[in-house]
Amino acid sequence: MRDSNYIRAINEALKEELQRDEDVVLMGEDVGLSGGAFVASRGLFKEFGENRVIDTPMCESSFVGASLGMAMAGMRPIVEVMFMDFMTVCMDSIVNQIAKARYMSGGQFRIPLVIRTLAGGGLSAGPQHSQSLESWFCHVPGLKVIYPATPYDTKGLLKASIRDDNPVIFIEHKLLRTAGQVEDGEYTIPIGKADIKKEGNDVTIVAYGPMLLKALSAADELSKEDINVEVVDLRTLSPMDTETVINSVKKTNKLVIVHEAVKFAGFGAEIAATVTEEAFDYLDAPIMRVGAAFTPIPFGSELENAVLPKEKDIIQAVKEII
Amino acid sequence: MAKLDREAQINLYTLVSKARKLEEKLIELSTGGLIPGWVHSGLGQEATGVAVTVNLNKNDYINITHRGRPAMLGKGVSLKNFLAEAMGKKDGPCKGKSGEGHFADMEKNIIGGSGIIGASLPICAGVATACKLKKTGQIVVCFFGDGAADEGAFHETLNLASKWELPIIFVCENNGWAQFVPQTATSALMSIAKRADAYNMTSESVDGNDVLKVYNVAKEAVVRARNMQPTLIEVKVNRWLGHYVGDSQKYRDADEIEDCKKDDFLEKYRSYLLKNKVLTKGKIKNIEENVEIEIKEAVEYALGCELPDNEVAFEDVYC
Repeated sequence: MRDSNYIRAINEALKEELQRDEDVVLMGEDVGLSGGAFVASRGLFKEFGENRVIDTPMCESSFVGASLGMAMAGMRPIVEVMFMDFMTVCMDSIVNQIAKARYMSGGQFRIPLVIRTLAGGGLSAGPQHSQSLESWFCHVPGLKVIYPATPYDTKGLLKASIRDDNPVIFIEHKLLRTAGQVEDGEYTIPIGKADIKKEGNDVTIVAYGPMLLKALSAADELSKEDINVEVVDLRTLSPMDTETVINSVKKTNKLVIVHEAVKFAGFGAEIAATVTEEAFDYLDAPIMRVGAAFTPIPFGSELENAVLPKEKDIIQAVKEII
Repeated sequence: MAKLDREAQINLYTLVSKARKLEEKLIELSTGGLIPGWVHSGLGQEATGVAVTVNLNKNDYINITHRGRPAMLGKGVSLKNFLAEAMGKKDGPCKGKSGEGHFADMEKNIIGGSGIIGASLPICAGVATACKLKKTGQIVVCFFGDGAADEGAFHETLNLASKWELPIIFVCENNGWAQFVPQTATSALMSIAKRADAYNMTSESVDGNDVLKVYNVAKEAVVRARNMQPTLIEVKVNRWLGHYVGDSQKYRDADEIEDCKKDDFLEKYRSYLLKNKVLTKGKIKNIEENVEIEIKEAVEYALGCELPDNEVAFEDVYC
């Protein structure tokens, strides 16, 4: 193992997959010459050239649509949609075209395609550059949705996504300098497997993306009061690893779900409903959800902080049911 | 203008008359409740799809529109497969999950059609990008209607295809009607071909009631596409019927409908072939009888196919 960080892990995964398979191409706004708006593709244009690392015009809908055609004709495109908010511009390409191409053709097509996109607040980027819209895509059959938190998981899951023959929405969070270790050599992480990041017996916290980090620090704080939290990192949202979540709930009998997205109709509702259906008898308390307020994400740091979920919100939710 | 040899002329006639009779049969089947959903009749505008696609190699790609049967026929689709799919039977290439309007057949490199107008343009450009990057020598023909030319995807894709020098031909079948609204009510610029100028792309406008003209314009565009020069072809066609089978066209002037029926490419091509002694009346009758037999057999086959088991609905969501 060696030290890395979140953005470097993405860069390494892209580089290794571009080296491994010549059908892999990276495309999107600013991915080439500039190395990416968040430098995820730094050095790749120089190493692989303009036919492998492709700067597109500003037409999210059409370059995402074009990536479907490329996948149909035997390539493995990785598309970067710079901010998750911009995914709304290409919803037709993603929801109506990409997600349904295999199904509508009766299985004639394989669609090996990854859409990478950056979600979440924290950069004072304003209401149209800060959203967490993952639940929208989980609602669409035909897509896989991944939202990793650590550099290790990010690298392994991105490589697995690029090798998968299905369309994957790969969500990256804005805490780009999050430190962590990655393996020295080649590795992938299976899609659809959650990971228990901290074992415990008193309460389960299910989290993903940037909230995993907040859940872990909340768990540290709670341990000072002898509250022993188990933290499950979902990593893949669709398909969801129901088994790992249910097994943890069977052990702790209490569940808190945390995500940065707006709480109302967020992915947490799906987790809560599933646990209620499948493990109701094991629950000793109501399931708690922690998420953003039902507002757009404001621009100023103080206001932004006011609506996004915080460590203290997680601690409070745990204490309410413990 | 390139001269078509006798055999190619006869093949073209056989295919356009098959396209006409297939449209007539689809209306009958749809009206009789044998095809689920809507059928969008292309009666009157069948020349384009055939005259463009007969120029292609077997492994070249096309998409289709909701009036896309003639292009499929030019690409060599089996009538039996097509009708089985149209009837939602398990023996269709898409196992009854696409129907006629979204028909995909990868044995013929037909990538399907989209229910979202204009969505096929960027997808086709992506297929063309793959052909170029993988140096396969294949080209793509992207069909759409005049309604799609008002979508953002049309403009974005023309820019992309021109800038990236893609091996693609955009074929706009302009029938003057976007569903129930005439182009005159919605377009600031009636010439769709002219829009290519804005993207530094070669374009042509051609009369869709002249099979040979369409054939020749497409032939030249194919040569350009193989040299990585995209083309926009606007084909002016007539839609004889409504947007879908059963649409009574109350929004349309009855005289206009009757007038456009008088300018029938099939009648004109038939006269041309007789005048130039490519075919005799007897030979034409013979071709048409054979086409009718082929369609009849295909319909019987499709009617005899089984519906898919319910499990099929749950397959192919993921690999």
